[in-house]
Amino acid sequence: MQMMDQEAVAKSLPRRIAINKIVRGLFLGSTLFGLVVLAVLLYDVISDSWGWLNWNFLTSVVSFDAAEAGVIGAITGTFWLMMITGPLTMIIGVATAVFIEEYVKEGRVRTFFETNISNLAGVPSIVFGLLGLTVFVRILGLGSVVLAGALTMSLLVLPIVIVSAQEALRAVPSYLREASYGMGATRWQMIRSVVLPAALPSILTGMILSMSRAIGETAPLIALGIPALLIPLPSSMFDSFTVLPVQIYYWTIDAALNDDLAALAAATIIVLLVMMFILNATAILVRNKFQKRL
Amino acid sequence: MTELSMKKNVSIQEQPEEERESVFEAQGVNLWYGQTQALHNIHLKQREQEVTAVIGPSGCGKSTYLKTLNRMVEMNPEVRISGNISYRGRNIFSRRFPVEELRTRVGMVFQKPNPFPKSVFENVAYGPKIHGIRDKQLLEQIVEESLKGAAIWEEVKDRLHENAFGLSGGQQQRLCIARCLAVEPDVILMDEPTSALDPKSTMKVEELVRELKETYSIMIVTHNMQQAARISDRTAFFLNGEVVECDTTDRIFSNPSDDRTEDYITGRFG
Ligand SMILES: Nc1ncnc2c1ncn2[C@@H]1O[C@H](COP(=O)(O)OP(=O)(O)OP(=O)(O)O)[C@@H](O)[C@H]1O
Ligand SMILES: [Mg+2]
Repeated sequence: MQMMDQEAVAKSLPRRIAINKIVRGLFLGSTLFGLVVLAVLLYDVISDSWGWLNWNFLTSVVSFDAAEAGVIGAITGTFWLMMITGPLTMIIGVATAVFIEEYVKEGRVRTFFETNISNLAGVPSIVFGLLGLTVFVRILGLGSVVLAGALTMSLLVLPIVIVSAQEALRAVPSYLREASYGMGATRWQMIRSVVLPAALPSILTGMILSMSRAIGETAPLIALGIPALLIPLPSSMFDSFTVLPVQIYYWTIDAALNDDLAALAAATIIVLLVMMFILNATAILVRNKFQKRL
Repeated sequence: MTELSMKKNVSIQEQPEEERESVFEAQGVNLWYGQTQALHNIHLKQREQEVTAVIGPSGCGKSTYLKTLNRMVEMNPEVRISGNISYRGRNIFSRRFPVEELRTRVGMVFQKPNPFPKSVFENVAYGPKIHGIRDKQLLEQIVEESLKGAAIWEEVKDRLHENAFGLSGGQQQRLCIARCLAVEPDVILMDEPTSALDPKSTMKVEELVRELKETYSIMIVTHNMQQAARISDRTAFFLNGEVVECDTTDRIFSNPSDDRTEDYITGRFG
């Protein structure tokens, strides 16, 4: 029996190999494109801020005198924002994902939840800012304080946390659930001892992504009325605050008046990038530690 | 076929079968996955201190029946069941019989070894822990006894705190049996427990089953006729979701009353 024309097969071979090579080249090119753009950007920012990023800059508060100005206020504010947004979204996000994945039966109700959450993930961030302004700043009367900012930011990133936590829960193999149920575990015991530990590394990955988003978001905080010129540092969640991206934004706007402010903005961008890098690295370390423990 | 039955331990046959108390009793059980019916009018008894082998071609409903007994099949929302199953006289579908209690009494060993991604110790201690045992000494004792009961203690006693994924497939399966023993069940359901194992591990699990039946009632699904003949006291032959025949293993393998049973065990189909 010979149904394949061996000659034709042999003839098509060089073509298939060539296509294989071309595809590899395309993928490599795409990867390089991203890397090159990133490198140019970094080079630009670093050269703009050269000489400005020093210890004095990191530890001083803002000032009208560019030579004196620093970002400790924005660093503290960003830190505060993350300290509240992180745990809050982790708890609410994971709880929501567990509820939808583990308690709601597949069907209309579940589809309803899922569709709405995915839609929320697509809402522009400025809309969340306006929501926060209305609800937290005005109706609840908090004012533009850390808590109002953190709640707004939490709303913004919650859909991302929920969706990624859902993915993580779904990826837990069913045979582990069965093993646990098969021994008489209740649903909550099964979730706590099997599903959550197994899903934790992926849940943390989702958290990293959402925190990176939150740390760099500017628009919703500007909508909340976060000031740029803030002299006292926030020391509780009911204090006024500013954050790094907002600081960058205002300095960039004012750069038209004073060239030095552009350099300050560039230096702040580097601080923001470094903070983001530290945050991600920590989260990755934590995740790897959990992964090894499994 | 007579050869096979000769090899079997026949001592159990000396007692009249009706003396053993029944543990599970299924009466007229039908089960549907959505629109397709997977079990048709099943009547089956499972007795104390007996091994029942469930045989039949692929897709005939063996796994489905096993999972019906510990109500795991109902985790699929499509499933509908009619008929009656009682466990030691109690209706398993009754609201007053929580599934958690049923599954504590009825352990299950799955086809694919499914240890938790935890240490050997934690795997075995899992069941007792979820049932509220916190005493460390007691847990250690239970773990040791269960691992001995599953004939794996010698192999793992020096690596109790290593990840269970580092064990071989056969060791993992015996670990899963140990994990099941740790909750001291009354019945053990085994769904093709040796299908992923090499002959040597298979022999070990078979020996184990023979020992365990002194204390437990065991129902085991197998595609291996020799295995069914070697380790079981009774055999139920499933075909297309029905029980064609259920009788002592000797009779099924030497003189089945239904032609389809004979065809199947002699390898003429299935
Ligand atoms: N989740 C499911 N949804 C729909 N149909 C199913 C499902 N699980 C099993 N079935 C059907 O039910 C019937 C019995 O399946 P079951 O898994 O019990 O067979 P089995 O006897 O264990 O087969 P095997 O020897 O291959 O394991 C099959 O026809 C199968 O297609
Ligand atoms: Mg099966």
